[in-house]
Amino acid sequence: MLTTKQSRLSALLIPILSVLLGFIFGALLMLLFGYNPIDAYQAMLMGVFNSPYFIGEAIRQATVLTFTGLGFAIAFKAGFFNIGIAGQLLVGWVAAIWVALSFPDLPRIILLTISIGAAIVAGAVWAGIAGTLRAYFGTSEVIVTIMLNYTALHLTNYIIRSVLTTGNTTDMVSENASLSVGWLTTLTQGSRINMGLFIAIIVVFLYWLFMTQTTAGFEVRAVGLNPDASTYAGMSAKRNIILSMLISGGLAGLGGAIHGLGTFGNLFTQSGLPSLGFNGIAVALLGLGNPVGIFFSSILFGVLDVGAGFMPNRAGVPDEMADIVIAAIIFFVGANYVIRLVLDKMKSNKTAEKGGE
Amino acid sequence: MAQTERVIEMKGITKRFGEFKANDNINLNVEKGEIHALLGENGAGKSTLMNILSGLLEPTSGEIYVNGKKAKIDSPEKANQLGIGMVHQHFMLVDKFTVAENIMLGKEKHNYGFMDDEGAEKDVKDLSDRYGLTVDPSARIEDISVGMQQRAEILKTLFRGADILIFDEPTGVLTPQEIDELMDIMKKLTDEGKSIILITHKLDEIKKVADRCTVIRRGQSIDTVNVKNTSQQELADMMVGRSVSFKVDKIASVPQGPVLEIKNLTVKESRGLEAVKNIDLEVKAGEVLGIAGIDGNGQSELIQAITGLTKAESGTIKLDGKDITGEKPREVTETGLGHIPEDRHRHGLVLPMKLEENMTLQQYYQKPFSKNGLLNHGKIKEFAKKLIEEFDVRTQSEESTAASLSGGNQQKAIIAREISRNPALLIAAQPTRGLDVGAIEYIHKRLIEQRDNGKAVLLMSYELDEVMNVSDRIAVMYDGKIVAIVRADETSENELGLLMAGVSLEKAKKELAGKDIKAGTAGAAGAAGNAENDGKERATVANDETE
Repeated sequence: MLTTKQSRLSALLIPILSVLLGFIFGALLMLLFGYNPIDAYQAMLMGVFNSPYFIGEAIRQATVLTFTGLGFAIAFKAGFFNIGIAGQLLVGWVAAIWVALSFPDLPRIILLTISIGAAIVAGAVWAGIAGTLRAYFGTSEVIVTIMLNYTALHLTNYIIRSVLTTGNTTDMVSENASLSVGWLTTLTQGSRINMGLFIAIIVVFLYWLFMTQTTAGFEVRAVGLNPDASTYAGMSAKRNIILSMLISGGLAGLGGAIHGLGTFGNLFTQSGLPSLGFNGIAVALLGLGNPVGIFFSSILFGVLDVGAGFMPNRAGVPDEMADIVIAAIIFFVGANYVIRLVLDKMKSNKTAEKGGE
Repeated sequence: MAQTERVIEMKGITKRFGEFKANDNINLNVEKGEIHALLGENGAGKSTLMNILSGLLEPTSGEIYVNGKKAKIDSPEKANQLGIGMVHQHFMLVDKFTVAENIMLGKEKHNYGFMDDEGAEKDVKDLSDRYGLTVDPSARIEDISVGMQQRAEILKTLFRGADILIFDEPTGVLTPQEIDELMDIMKKLTDEGKSIILITHKLDEIKKVADRCTVIRRGQSIDTVNVKNTSQQELADMMVGRSVSFKVDKIASVPQGPVLEIKNLTVKESRGLEAVKNIDLEVKAGEVLGIAGIDGNGQSELIQAITGLTKAESGTIKLDGKDITGEKPREVTETGLGHIPEDRHRHGLVLPMKLEENMTLQQYYQKPFSKNGLLNHGKIKEFAKKLIEEFDVRTQSEESTAASLSGGNQQKAIIAREISRNPALLIAAQPTRGLDVGAIEYIHKRLIEQRDNGKAVLLMSYELDEVMNVSDRIAVMYDGKIVAIVRADETSENELGLLMAGVSLEKAKKELAGKDIKAGTAGAAGAAGNAENDGKERATVANDETE
């Protein structure tokens, strides 16, 4: 048996190795196609870290990813694969902007509260549909959430074109619905970083509190790990399925509100589902379901996302190549199972050798 | 001295997991053509040792010789090449494939890439004829009995050229008839020159088939003995490390008022058929009521209805005077029910969770374990520590996962949790399945203790010994009905056997009166030690009885 300290260390080793392998694989790909990987990675990292503006942008992106990552993680802990985070984020975005545009003159604190609240409810309802169907009819939440993703996408575009405006872009929300924080904006030389960062930190703490310190979190974990034993012990599996999906969707919706009000301040027609939703899955897996881990892996993804933009101009690596490299890194994150396997094998060989001496 | 050939020699095998020594300097010698039993309690280190031999684990130190040559077995394939094959406890078979396909798996017979089904089935047929392992090569695994599936598993290892077969707790899932057949097969295999290692904690099986037996206790090999010259009692004492009693010590029960009252209960199973048919049953305070019956005669459904896991179709269930028909598990638990479930992994524990969390699985929402929805980890830990101490649950700490405990200790943890709530009724379903004699003795003692404290105990078991030893009264279930309720001290194994087969009590008594002489003959044949005759004789008796 490993001691807790050892197992905690090796738990950290796995995500770090996954990321490193992703970078190495990306480098090999670039070499194969005749690009200089050192230049490319340098461009990516320098691009972000040499400029307060882009640091701000990376953190802004990370903020939204923290919400989608936590959203995915809680459903995952309860035993579900909520692949509909993207759609739930989108309906949250719509709800927040819609409310903000409808009551532009309300005081800031009230307008922000009801806009964000509406987004959370919208996301929760969207995920709750899948949760309820799963709880009462045993429908696969994977299929239902995938379908609801497309429903959300087309519904959003319909609402923009036919309800909120007649064009493809809504008006900007009023000052009272802005999430920007003056000193942060100044500090990062005008980036779109916003108070979503503080909300994210609070939510990370609340998530930890919920999962480890409350009876409701205990139930969600127990049902996720063994629904039969939990039912036998008197918990309601149905209730917990729905509850965890509601929280999951609510977090995605909250991410949508922060993205809508904080990043853009408006809503525009989308050609596809926002990648922030799907990258939340990778963030959650890299963070091993631990809220603090999810926060840090969000920052890594924020840096990758923003930094990839520098690879074409500064290192001559085309956009597509940059995307492939990022995808390779995500792939290795998802494949951390393989890394765990190799590590275990190495460890058992080592102990065998030691014993043989 | 007659030189026997050693096919396996394991010398000074030690395997550490961190601080913990699962195997500590174990020695094991297996001779050609023998059945060598490996006896030990749950968690003694038998599986670790066999995993080392079959290449799944590497020893920390020690040497292995196969057929006299030093071998490094670092993968299951390597074990295969050396002729070591494992017949797993949980079969490694593909349900949707046929017997022949399963046996060939990974070594499929083909003509230019096309599957040669006929050739494969013929090969399997030849192999099964040679060893007397009757199977239907073209039947699908999901359609055949468990005993048949096990034969397919044995054939699979033989097909891969195994000369040394490891049987891992092979009889746990078999019916008595299938067990006898398996014993014959094992004898036949050794006659053909194969060697067998039999992992078990069932002493009667060792007495029946094994030639020699190595006893393992707490990771150490205690001794290797000749089975013929060693009694079951001696084997049990060696295994546990102290004197064990097979008989349950108990005083006469003093039953009081009814705790569980069931009237006209009908329960349907998942496919919508009636599994429990209009049953009346009463369990009194201060008594153990046993439910005997062959698996699948409505016992599980009856218990699920009482515990609230399944809704009753009709009828009423009263617990401690309160009507609990149709109540949810939580309400039933709160009314005063403790339940040791039949399947401890599926229903009893959340294996990946900490032991302390499992200990409070039903009470986490109550004071003092939580307040206003916030858990009190300190109180939970304190409570778990107390139970671990009181019930002697062997674990590294209360923070270890339930999965890290051995089967016997997992069961002790469940029993600790259920008894600690001091329930008016304790339902124990198959409470000692898969456990060794030491743990069985302990669990039986605890059940009797509950009874002596004036609680009601409902014991459901497929093991006749257990039902007869622990219960005060025995209800026999057959085809969803209770065919008879008898007193444990007034019935016999034969009478129960007939009742379980659906014979009425009156008829059973009459039949047994006329059978006494014949049963005596069968017993004598068994004592003579001729296993083949013994089996046949008993088969005829069984046939007579069911007619």
